[in-house]
Amino acid sequence: MVTAFFYLAAAVGLVSAAVAVAHRNPVVNVLSLVVTLFCIAVNYALLGAEFLAAAQVLVYAGAILVLFLFVVMLLNAPEEQPATEPRPFQRVAGLLLAVAAAVGGVALLMGLRLSLPTQSSPGSAQALGRLLTGPYLFAFEFISVLLLAAMVGALMLVKRKH
Amino acid sequence: MTVPTTYFVIFAALLFAVGAAGVLLRRSGISILLGIELMLNAANLALVAFGRQHGQLDAQVFVFFVMAVAAAEVAVGLALLVAIFRKNQSIDVDRLNVLRW
Repeated sequence: MVTAFFYLAAAVGLVSAAVAVAHRNPVVNVLSLVVTLFCIAVNYALLGAEFLAAAQVLVYAGAILVLFLFVVMLLNAPEEQPATEPRPFQRVAGLLLAVAAAVGGVALLMGLRLSLPTQSSPGSAQALGRLLTGPYLFAFEFISVLLLAAMVGALMLVKRKH
Repeated sequence: MTVPTTYFVIFAALLFAVGAAGVLLRRSGISILLGIELMLNAANLALVAFGRQHGQLDAQVFVFFVMAVAAAEVAVGLALLVAIFRKNQSIDVDRLNVLRW
């Protein structure tokens, strides 16, 4: 039953990831990436990471991809035009590299002999919160500085110069 | 009734390859950023899977941090795209061939 759920989520996730990468219309790209991120959230839930599954839906599908969609609408981004100077060699090389990454990664991981995990460590919000405010307190606080820096940087970049 | 860790990491590897293909093959700046997001998510999934394998929660904390960094990265990346679009009227990365405006 659980395995069937995994296969379903993985199949839907891979197909929508392929659409997100291959489709020419940017709105379709963004919306099918939302589907992929939902499938990854399902995977987190199957792995027992409940808090991350919720955060994935809220932060990624909810916030980040809405930002993407907003920019797509703002720029009124057109569909990708045919290349002015096609570079067939580079495209083939890029495709070969991606296929090599897939084949190599899968071949490497197939050889992995891992026993099934015995003890389960549920990733509830409480357990994660204890870690975040305990050993990782400095990194957790520093994230706020990073977000502030990103916010100021984004404002500076899009500010109109008078 | 648990799904083996290997299944999750193979799924993550395939997602990473799809994202890499997007970054390498697309010319639209937004699609390249989407490919980067896909690769980040694949890495996150592998982290959580290996974290469960070792029975540790630290991996999930790392994924939490990666999500925050990804949010910052997307904000700056999209702001760059908006600035480039104002300058160039296009987000085709092939047309970004000058180092100085």
